[in-house]
Amino acid sequence: MSHASTYKPSTGIEKWLDKRLPIIRMSADFMDFPTPKNLNYWWTFGGILAVCLVIQIITGVVLAMHYTPHVDMAFNSVEHIMRDVNYGWLLRYIHSNGASMFFLAVYIHMFRGLYYGSYKEPREVVWMLGVVIFLLMMATAFMGYVLPWGQMSYWGATVITNLFSAIPLVGDDIRTLLWGGFSVDNPTLNRFFSLHYLLPFAIFGVVALHIWAFHTSGNNNPSGVEIKDVKKDAVPFHPYYTVKDGFAIVVFLILFAAFVFFNPNGLGHADNYIEANPLSTPAHIVPEWYFLPFYAMLRAITFDIGPIPAKLGGVITMFSSILVLFVLPWLDTSKVRSMRYRPVARMWFVLFVVAAVALGYLGGKPAEGTYVMLAQIATAYYFAFFLIILPLLGILETPKPLPRSIAESVLPKASKPETSAAPGAPAAAE
Amino acid sequence: MTTSDVSQSGDASETGEPTRRDFIHIFAAATAAAGAGAVLWPLVHQMNPDASVLALSTKDVDLSAVPVGQAIKVMWQGKPVFIRHRTEEEINEAEAVPLSALKDDSARNANLPGGEEATDDARVTAADGEARPEWLIVVGVCTHLGCIPLGTSAGENRGDYDGWFCPCHGSHYDLAGRIRKGPAPENLPIPPLEFLSDTVVKIG
Repeated sequence: MSHASTYKPSTGIEKWLDKRLPIIRMSADFMDFPTPKNLNYWWTFGGILAVCLVIQIITGVVLAMHYTPHVDMAFNSVEHIMRDVNYGWLLRYIHSNGASMFFLAVYIHMFRGLYYGSYKEPREVVWMLGVVIFLLMMATAFMGYVLPWGQMSYWGATVITNLFSAIPLVGDDIRTLLWGGFSVDNPTLNRFFSLHYLLPFAIFGVVALHIWAFHTSGNNNPSGVEIKDVKKDAVPFHPYYTVKDGFAIVVFLILFAAFVFFNPNGLGHADNYIEANPLSTPAHIVPEWYFLPFYAMLRAITFDIGPIPAKLGGVITMFSSILVLFVLPWLDTSKVRSMRYRPVARMWFVLFVVAAVALGYLGGKPAEGTYVMLAQIATAYYFAFFLIILPLLGILETPKPLPRSIAESVLPKASKPETSAAPGAPAAAE
Repeated sequence: MTTSDVSQSGDASETGEPTRRDFIHIFAAATAAAGAGAVLWPLVHQMNPDASVLALSTKDVDLSAVPVGQAIKVMWQGKPVFIRHRTEEEINEAEAVPLSALKDDSARNANLPGGEEATDDARVTAADGEARPEWLIVVGVCTHLGCIPLGTSAGENRGDYDGWFCPCHGSHYDLAGRIRKGPAPENLPIPPLEFLSDTVVKIG
């Protein structure tokens, strides 16, 4: 960690352990980490996401004790969980709605990072690790949705694995390799179960790297100005942010519980309560809501682009929409992190949020007529924001003057940060 | 040990010749890479179709139970195969379609070498090279995104061209399983077919 350790082992056992495995020191330093004192509630979603991951892993491990990954038994074993297993309905509803809550939180977390420029130097690696986590989350959620072996499970898996056949030359072989057969079948279900169990632990590992990375660079904050004086600009993580994060987590869990107890199937699709039937396709195949923006981009490419057929073009567009995030730190040329001080960028950002939400809406609509055209416009804007607007704005835009420090950005204008050093920090923390 | 290291690397930089040590390094790394590859391949290949899946890769179907004018679905390799016993009128209708009216003019028949035009004859030719116009046998998976088109069972929507209609994104197939309208790019493929007798066909 980047700050000097303040931990003093007091008991004999602590001293003994500290020389051999300084794990208490590591935890103590973690809790004592100097955190910008101006973090707003948008910064609580990191903690909320950690809670989501833990909830998914615990409920998932328990559900796996009752689930059978076989095409003849998977659907019934899920019904068995719902009807026979003690509290099975609760555990499954927490797990299925937990996926939605996880994505809700991660999207807010990502928009926060975009708005406050959290991806910029020196936090490029923090951001890129975050994108890796997002990709792993999508793979995990997709495979998890296949496991109940309902109609949407089966046909969603069919449509998504068929995307790989669009890859030139090796596409069909890759698809066969994914299926382990000539269609989505028992081998596919088995391997998806295995990977669905594995990937959350991979996510856990990358989350550790993600946290390590921003504990090296330090947290970004709403002003986008780095900590200059730890005494004036920062407060220890505990108790200030354990309490703030804790409060936000409780509020978030209220929303979570509202879904679990009052509308547990509201975010799902009724067709997934029909057992998978390879001979009959549902009238509308719709992915879970958190994939809809990407599904809309996939279907927006209805035309051939030169030698690239429409189907491959759609696949490239969909994957590029996430890959572009990896290079975002180098696409945004502005030195100013926070959009609080970037009035022009802020307007384009609002439009970007509108485009992203619109894509989510359009992904759930049939791919015809105006819907396709609107999806094409929104897709074009999505890419233009990253590839044209952000690179240009760094050159064209005149940002507002930045505060000299975090303390100055939060204290009333009258008080001089230079003179009110000692009493200033605790006053602001209250 | 240290001194010999220094003198060896000194020799190499002086003469520009690779040393015995360079050779050992490259050889060891290459052996490790080959070993890693040999271990990796089983880990990848285990995901490909296994022996029990491959054993089910062919299917014999008794056609005598399908009356003229009806169609059935059979499962082959986990996918539905449509078998339509076409009437005289249906055969005439399919044969009358000019190639210029087709969206995909390739026969896509696994029993032919490839590159043939999608005439009705080319769509009903089995492995023995003989065309049996009364039997149209196609893989029933929409070539767009893998949905199952309607039109096999009695009373289902057969689309604008009397063959099959895919409800997912509105692709219409004709009486020879050829794509005529909608987003699907290709005709429904003809699987490998071998007529074991007049009424029994082996698919695959």
